Amino acid sequence: MDTVYDVLIVGGGPAGLTAGLYAGRAMLQAAIVEARGPGGQVVLTHEIENYPGFSEPISGALLAANMVDQANRFGVDMYYSPVESLNLQGKIKEVVTEQGKFRAKTVIIATGVNPKMLGVPGEKEFIGRGVSYCATCDGAFFRDRDVAVVGGGDTAVKEALFLTRFARRVWLIHRRDSLRAEQIQQKRLLENTKITPLWNKVVAEIRGDTRVTGLRLQDVQSGEESHLAVQGVFVFVGRQPGGPLAGSGIALDEEGYIITDEDMCTNIPGVYAVGDVRRKRWRQIVTAVNDGCIAALSAAEYIEENFGKDEDDD
Amino acid sequence: MIKNVTQADFEQEVLQAEGPVLVDFWAAWCGPCRMVAPVLEEVDQELGDSLKIAKVNVDEEGELAQKYGIMSIPTLMLFKGGRVVETTVGFQPKKELIARIQPHL
Repeated sequence: MDTVYDVLIVGGGPAGLTAGLYAGRAMLQAAIVEARGPGGQVVLTHEIENYPGFSEPISGALLAANMVDQANRFGVDMYYSPVESLNLQGKIKEVVTEQGKFRAKTVIIATGVNPKMLGVPGEKEFIGRGVSYCATCDGAFFRDRDVAVVGGGDTAVKEALFLTRFARRVWLIHRRDSLRAEQIQQKRLLENTKITPLWNKVVAEIRGDTRVTGLRLQDVQSGEESHLAVQGVFVFVGRQPGGPLAGSGIALDEEGYIITDEDMCTNIPGVYAVGDVRRKRWRQIVTAVNDGCIAALSAAEYIEENFGKDEDDD
Repeated sequence: MIKNVTQADFEQEVLQAEGPVLVDFWAAWCGPCRMVAPVLEEVDQELGDSLKIAKVNVDEEGELAQKYGIMSIPTLMLFKGGRVVETTVGFQPKKELIARIQPHL
C-alpha cells in the first residue's frame, strides 16, 4: 500500500473506534486494522447497562455497530486482516498484516484482551461440545440443562445471570469465597434462585463422552475432590493482552499489558496504546473510549510537531 | 455462492451436493457470527465454484442444529459426499479457514 496514514489503529473495539473517530474529526488520514470483525469484546455482551447516554440497556452488538458507523462517517478506512508484526522504531512505522503492509506516522495499539482458558484436561477437546467462552452465543443451546460458570469477576457474574434465561440451574464455581464483580450484579446473582455459588472450588477436569457430562472439582482449602454433573461449562477466568506485541519494542508490564503515560504514549515516540491492552486499573467501555480520544489527540499533536502541518507526504 | 438452507432443502443442497459444501450454523443474536459473515464472502470470492457455502439459521432450524450437535456458534461444518469432514468452532480468520477447506476441494 502506497498511502502513509497519519494514524493507523490496530484493533477495532471501542477504544480503537473512538481513536478513529477523533482522528477523523481532526482531519487526519486514519485507518483501523481489525483482525476479526469490528466491536471487540463488546459484541459478545448481550446487554450493556453502564454506558452513559443509554438509559435503557443496549445490546453490545448494536453499540459496536453504532461506533463503527460513527467512525466511518468521519472517513476512517477499515481493513479486516490479522496483524502479523509491528515495525515501530522508524519515523514511518509499519504494520504487517495478512493483506499486506500498512505505513503510518503514528500507530495506536488497541488490540484488547483475549479470554484465558482454564488449562485443564478436557477443555480443548470439548470446545463447541459443552465448553464455551460466550454465553450470548451459546446460552440458548442449554435450555433446561444444568450448566457451570467458572469465575468470579464482572463477566462471570453477568453471564451467569444471563444463562438463567435458558438453563435449569447455574452453578457458579469460584476459587475464592467472595466475588469481585460490581455490587449491583453480585446482589442480583446472590438473590437468583437458579444460581448456586460453589465457593473455594477450582475445576480440575472437564469430563464427557461425545459432549460434556460433568466436572471434577477440587476444594482449594481441603483439597477434597467432587464431581458436578453439568452439560455445559462457561469459562470466564480472566483475560490476557492480545496482538503481536512481543518483539515490537513496546514496553510491557509483567503481565504483558502495555505501559503508557496519561497521554497514552508508550515508550516509542508516535506509538500509543488504548483500551484493555493498556496497563490500567479499570477495564470498562467508558475507560476504553476515554483512552481512544486521548491517544488520537496526542497523535495529532505529535504529527504537527514532527511532520509539520501542511507537508504533503503521501 | 452463498445460500440460505433450511430443513426442507438441506438434503438436496448439502447432503446430495456434488462438491464440498461449507455449512455456517449461525444466529442473528450472536456477535461472532456477524464477524464470520464477511469472511465467508471473501472465501466465496476466492474459492469460487469449487466450494458451495450454505447458511443455517439455528433459531429457525433447531432440528438441523440438534441433528448436528451444535452447542456453540458460529460452527462451520464442511460436508463432502453427505458426510462431515471438517468442523470449526468460533471465529476463524480467512487464511486459516481456507487452509482447513483446501485439502477437501
